[in-house]
Amino acid sequence: MSKQINVALIGNPNTGKTSVFNALTGLNQKVGNYPGITVDKKQGICKLSRGVKAHILDLPGTYSLNASSLDENVVIELLLNKNDKDYPDVAVIVSDVENLKRNLLLFTQIKDLKIPTLLVINMSDVMKRKGISLDVEVLEEKLNTKIALVSTRKGTGIQELKKLIEQYKILPKKQCLDASTIEPAYFERLQKAFPNQDIYKLWLVITQDANFGKVSRQELDVSKFKTKSTLELKRLQQKEAIKRYQFINNVLKEGQNIDRSKARDLRSKLDRVLIHKVWGYVIFFIILLTIFQAIYDWATFPMDLIDTTFAGLAEWVKSSYPNGGKVTDLVAEGIVSGIGGIVIFIPQIAFLFLFISILEESGYMSRVVFLMDRIMRRFGLSGKSLVPLISGTACAIPAVMATRNIENWKERLITILVTPFTTCSARLPVYLIIIALVIPEGYIFGLSYQALTLMLLYLIGFGMAVFSAYVLDRIMKTNRKTFFVVEMPNYKLPLLKNVIITVFEKTKTFVFEAGKIILAISVILWVLASYGPGEKFNNAEAIVAEQYADLSDAKTDDKVAAYRLEHSYIGIIGKTIEPVIKPLGYDWKIGIGLVASFAAREVFVGTLATIYSVGSATENESIDTIKTKMSNEIYEDGSKVFTFASGISLLLFYAFAMQCMSTLAIVKRETKSWKWPMIQLIGMSAIAYIFALIAFQILK
Amino acid sequence: MSLTIADLKKGESAVITDSSSNDIPLKLLEMGCLPGNEVKLLQLAPFSDPMYLNVNDSFLAIRKETASLIVIEKINE
Repeated sequence: MSKQINVALIGNPNTGKTSVFNALTGLNQKVGNYPGITVDKKQGICKLSRGVKAHILDLPGTYSLNASSLDENVVIELLLNKNDKDYPDVAVIVSDVENLKRNLLLFTQIKDLKIPTLLVINMSDVMKRKGISLDVEVLEEKLNTKIALVSTRKGTGIQELKKLIEQYKILPKKQCLDASTIEPAYFERLQKAFPNQDIYKLWLVITQDANFGKVSRQELDVSKFKTKSTLELKRLQQKEAIKRYQFINNVLKEGQNIDRSKARDLRSKLDRVLIHKVWGYVIFFIILLTIFQAIYDWATFPMDLIDTTFAGLAEWVKSSYPNGGKVTDLVAEGIVSGIGGIVIFIPQIAFLFLFISILEESGYMSRVVFLMDRIMRRFGLSGKSLVPLISGTACAIPAVMATRNIENWKERLITILVTPFTTCSARLPVYLIIIALVIPEGYIFGLSYQALTLMLLYLIGFGMAVFSAYVLDRIMKTNRKTFFVVEMPNYKLPLLKNVIITVFEKTKTFVFEAGKIILAISVILWVLASYGPGEKFNNAEAIVAEQYADLSDAKTDDKVAAYRLEHSYIGIIGKTIEPVIKPLGYDWKIGIGLVASFAAREVFVGTLATIYSVGSATENESIDTIKTKMSNEIYEDGSKVFTFASGISLLLFYAFAMQCMSTLAIVKRETKSWKWPMIQLIGMSAIAYIFALIAFQILK
Repeated sequence: MSLTIADLKKGESAVITDSSSNDIPLKLLEMGCLPGNEVKLLQLAPFSDPMYLNVNDSFLAIRKETASLIVIEKINE
């Protein structure tokens, strides 16, 4: 077995830690999850020299070892647990040359855990321009470490860093701060209680327990130790921070020189415009418009292409294996169209992540948070809720995950609860077909009615999200203080490599995570529609032949298929719920679509396509033919099923109902209980039912 | 009443004298909101909230209610 060095990459957010990771590992990386939580675990392999490899773990960005979020907690849990298989042989602290002082705080903490620690000073290429000069030798000596000056933008210093990682054993283990000087009496008592443990490690476990909750994966138990109140502990932590900064300031006094007159200030020039009281909002609005334009206009071309490709593929399966019977049907109607239903969302998701990662990489996102915080707070949200709400227009799953950097639990919870109201791309196919059915073509002031309806649905979704946030804010009791600290990073040109990797990874995650569920449902649906209990289903042909003896063969086949569907398992389900949905203006076939789409909305159109086309002479339905069939649907008394009233009712139902199992699963993981997803499911569906009911009863 | 960061006007600088209030998040202290450090108010969002500061070489935005807990002394120019 070749030698492998475990490396942990640690650093503040916005230091280019991920760029260093990408530079070390290239595409040789994979993203997974830490067990039990949804924090991304990014790891990769880097070849150092002949026979020596490094396993690089890119830990979530953190400002210190005092965690205030799940992501940050991952860092501390790993560093406190020597038995973890990822426990680093060497910690590489990534810092930004312009924020060295603050970055060193984390460095001194890690160093004090007696882990061999290397310091990477990133963005060294801007030093001259910013008037910063460093005496690396002095810094190395004072900090008891080795330093690599790196520029991920220019690609320099990576080889030196690799060499230093390989020689990690020569790194001195001397600590930066003697923790017991914070309060000698207390620390002496602590050390006496646990004579074999490192004092700083003990201290971290205690403060972590008090501030964030039990450290779950560590080998020592301090619960029996009589410690201090949270308040007193915090005072000591403040003292610790002061002491660390004293140490850092002394180091930097000798090792760093900043000529501030040289700093040409791009930041203040851009800030003057981008967070201007008027222009700031105008620019943000234009950026939003561009994003929407991309997602809903530019993305249609690749989406149409995918649609045709998969339809062709299903057709090909059928014609290539005409004698496969049920298996062919399952592959063509269940699996291929199921996969097609997932792949079709890739262009939209990719566009969304492209924009989000550019906005984040450039430093602009923090400015949006700054601009919007006050407005969002009025509704019980945070400026940081905006990113999830925007992401929600593509898919609620990444959006719910994006709430993680909201420190305030109540604001975060409200954001999670209301995000599924925003119009995700899965609703789009449903909206498009219903709008085409019930909204007349025509123009007002040059805008089409149909486009206006679509826009209105987006506004309704967003409005409902904000309104319910407001209500939840009033209802929920708060016992935690508001926490809001946003770093305003320097403006940077996004690195193409980082953007591409982010888009690729996020899209991949979406396809596989959501894809599994959508695929499974497609198959289940197919089974439920293809089988049924008893006489009526199995003898459909004979029964229909008896009833319609005078019809042509093709017509009879259609009738048989329809009859079968009505008596299949799914037909029975649809019939059973018909009394409940009748007041909303839906028949049992729409009912089937509704039931199916409680698993995932996008299944609706596919289900209707199945229902109206199963076994019919023309396979491979385009949206137009489904539309024609739907508009021809009539009740027994001859009245149309899809009228203006039932259409609007259906649109409203889809706008509000919680129809996405994947989102519920994610919410459960993020909130750690079934309580919140259940509240979401019941609350949103009730709102949907009531609005749909009112709309139909008024309009019919 | 002592002055706090919330009393600063755009472009003004001050020195932090006390940040021991229990409602100040630890994160803020660790970013450098500690006694002795200089703080400058760079910009304000509409309604003067949040506040965009430069403190301890860090650039950050905090809400006014948090800012009003950090006691300062203005620098005489």
